[in-house]
Amino acid sequence: MAERRLPPHRLLLIAVAVLAITLIALHMRWGWLVDYRDAILDGLWLTLVLLVTTSAAGLLLAIPLGLVQVTGPRPLAWLAQGFCTLIRGTPLLLQIWLLYYGLGSLFPYLPGMRQSWLWPYLIESWPYAFAALTLSFAGYEGEVMRGGFAGVPKGELEAARALGMHPLTILRRIWLPRAVQRVLPTLNGELIIQLKATPLVATIAAVDTYAVFGRIRQETYMVYEPLLLMALIYLVLAGLITLACAALERGWSDDSGSR
Amino acid sequence: MSDASTTSVSRDAAVIEVENLHKAFGSARVLKGIDLSAGRGDVVALIGSSGSGKSTLLRCLNLLETPSSGALRLLGEPIPFRGEGAQRVPADRRQLRRLRARLGMVFQGFNLWPHMTLEANVMEGPIQVLKRSRAEARDEARALLERVGLHHLREAYPTTLSGGQQQRGAIARALAMGPEALLFDEPTSALDPELVGEVLAVMRDLAKEGRTMIIVTHEMAFAADVASRVVFLDQGEIAEQGPPERVFGAPSAQRLQRFLGSVSPSRGE
Repeated sequence: MAERRLPPHRLLLIAVAVLAITLIALHMRWGWLVDYRDAILDGLWLTLVLLVTTSAAGLLLAIPLGLVQVTGPRPLAWLAQGFCTLIRGTPLLLQIWLLYYGLGSLFPYLPGMRQSWLWPYLIESWPYAFAALTLSFAGYEGEVMRGGFAGVPKGELEAARALGMHPLTILRRIWLPRAVQRVLPTLNGELIIQLKATPLVATIAAVDTYAVFGRIRQETYMVYEPLLLMALIYLVLAGLITLACAALERGWSDDSGSR
Repeated sequence: MSDASTTSVSRDAAVIEVENLHKAFGSARVLKGIDLSAGRGDVVALIGSSGSGKSTLLRCLNLLETPSSGALRLLGEPIPFRGEGAQRVPADRRQLRRLRARLGMVFQGFNLWPHMTLEANVMEGPIQVLKRSRAEARDEARALLERVGLHHLREAYPTTLSGGQQQRGAIARALAMGPEALLFDEPTSALDPELVGEVLAVMRDLAKEGRTMIIVTHEMAFAADVASRVVFLDQGEIAEQGPPERVFGAPSAQRLQRFLGSVSPSRGE
């Protein structure tokens, strides 16, 4: 295995990469990094917060969305299916704008809203960004979870029922863990797609990583350097997601520890 | 949960009692008026060709399938139903769970939970259903795994085990509930031939202990050896039943003679 890991073409690619990075570092202008370091870190923070919170909240919503589509009752199943279809069938950008410009512009007209404790939050843009990204992830993952729940072999659930287990116990101990185990391999890709969906919040004036680099380009008139660094940042984040998912899968697969 | 009146069945009462049971899937009538009862310590072998309804009958006994009509008494308790046709369901879900906890079931496909170790599989029922402590359930699970010869594999995950080992594990899982009767649904049909023996050995052991068992099986030699009664199902009806010596030795029904002829290689001992 060890001698196969670095075949000649790999060595060549590594050499090219080292050369490229050296040239980029030496021959391009990076002085602006000092001025914008804090802004970049702030933007990165918002990107990470949005990614983590909307994925987590979206997954929590996806569990009932997927479950009712398998168990019924019919009206709830239709409702969940309709939601997933709507979310998956319309552009995320449209959803963000509908929430921010649509719903957001209605709030001020609700009586008492300007005086309520919610008001300071409703005039910010991040609650709308959070809501839109959460609903979007829930829509996609609801469909994935439906498949996950439906794919757990019936016999495993029958074995639990034959022991006299309560349906909620079966869900908690057998059905849900097995469904999650089955969808885990797809989660990696879905999280990376979610990461790359976050820049859309820049369109409603939330200052995430993408928005910060947009500002840098406007203010410094530089084209390539900010774009290269931004690409690198998203690439590293995607890599981290992949590593985390691989660890998660190892820890939760059929033949290793589940707790 | 279980008061004194329901914890044990009186000595001579039937553990399982079925009267005029019918089961249809849509227009397909699978069971057509079954009368069957098993008393304490009975080992009943259900035999018959595939499609005869024997697995469906077994699954009706712990209500994994709901009978279309007919009466059912489990551990002395009559089972009430509500609804009609395909909507018919057991009326009392708590009673159902309570009774299922006292009837062990072993499946053709083992159905161990792949996300848990063998030991955790065996501990799951006692902890979640019987509310045993973890330590107690673990001790019990280890003793049972020892008994079925899997103590050394208790930390293994089911998918890493052979079919025979998985099935012995599934038997341990059923035994962990301290069941008053055991239902076996073709427990060796999914096994490679060389693994059948180890599972039958465990089952033979259980029969010798005087456990009440209902076994759907294609293993005629095993049925002849272990069963106190053999029930032959044909096209959804009981065509013949009696002690194994009579059913296998002097089958009267023509359908049974034909069936035994078709499985003759393993007939008798």
